Amino acid sequence: MNCIIIDDEAMARAIVRQLCSKIPELDVIEEFDNAISAIKFLNQQDIDVIFLDIHMPGFSGVDFVQTLKDPPKIVLTTSDTNFAIAAYEYECIVDYLVKPITQERFEKSIAKISSISSQKPQAKIDSKQDAVEGEDLYINIDRRLIKLKLQDILVIEAKGDYIDVKTEKEEYRVHTTLKKIKEKLPEKLFLQIHRSYIINFTKIVDIEDNSVLIAKNVVPISRSNRPELMRRLNLL
Amino acid sequence: MIDQPNLNYVNELAGDDVEFRGQFIDIIKNEFPLEKEEYFGHVSNARVKETAEIVHKLKHKFNILGMENSYKLAVVYEMELLEGKHDSQSKFNEILETIEEYIKTI
Repeated sequence: MNCIIIDDEAMARAIVRQLCSKIPELDVIEEFDNAISAIKFLNQQDIDVIFLDIHMPGFSGVDFVQTLKDPPKIVLTTSDTNFAIAAYEYECIVDYLVKPITQERFEKSIAKISSISSQKPQAKIDSKQDAVEGEDLYINIDRRLIKLKLQDILVIEAKGDYIDVKTEKEEYRVHTTLKKIKEKLPEKLFLQIHRSYIINFTKIVDIEDNSVLIAKNVVPISRSNRPELMRRLNLL
Repeated sequence: MIDQPNLNYVNELAGDDVEFRGQFIDIIKNEFPLEKEEYFGHVSNARVKETAEIVHKLKHKFNILGMENSYKLAVVYEMELLEGKHDSQSKFNEILETIEEYIKTI
């Protein structure tokens, strides 16, 4: 696999190049200290994988990804995990490596790329509901990305600068806002019923005047959100 | 207590590759003093956004040099700067001095 490295820091590029040197099937054909130069290069040459730093001055890694019309597989390399959820919105981004990257973690990433490359393209899923069932959400906990099935989420509660994501088995505290997480959730499953609460609509056990029971969680319904909840109930 | 820098991560990556180890040490010896100077330049001119940017860059070096606690402090300091605060500045400056002394020995 041909690859390139994009990172504004020489030390970071040297490290990724060293990691690549231990993988026989990887061939580093070029490295860049800025994304603009890489775009010019990619217009002239096909490559298989990009190791891309997100946090670069001027033109960030995310800006770069958005400019690519037919992107190769991209592995993000960064010391900042705050971009993780946004990163997984892009199909071309196949992994997210947190610096300092260990050889073991790097090899896992390459194995993942090889596995994806060897898979045959799957038929498109027609059913919207099936598509929702297949979706996951990655949350960032202590520099670790934890995969949650959207279907398993019961309630999401705002707690200042954090949100609590409650599933049937676990509860996770994530540094983000309710507004941001709401943008990632399918409307088919989730509904905001209070300024501090989003619920998985399919997990409602019963509804009282001012509250909803979701598993064992009693969640308040605000007056302004109540009409939308009622409208959605009519659809059932 | 500031954690002491080390080359454990680099040595692990390098293995028997003496060339890589040497290249890495050259890079840090060249880059670090420049970044430190840039940092103090931004601080003395109260360029907050630029200070946060260079702190972001420097904190990656803390990580590579095995300074986990210093990395955590730099994360906090970067956030503080973006919020108009600088409570962690003196500790951050001490970390820079510690690294400067260390790289003279490698």
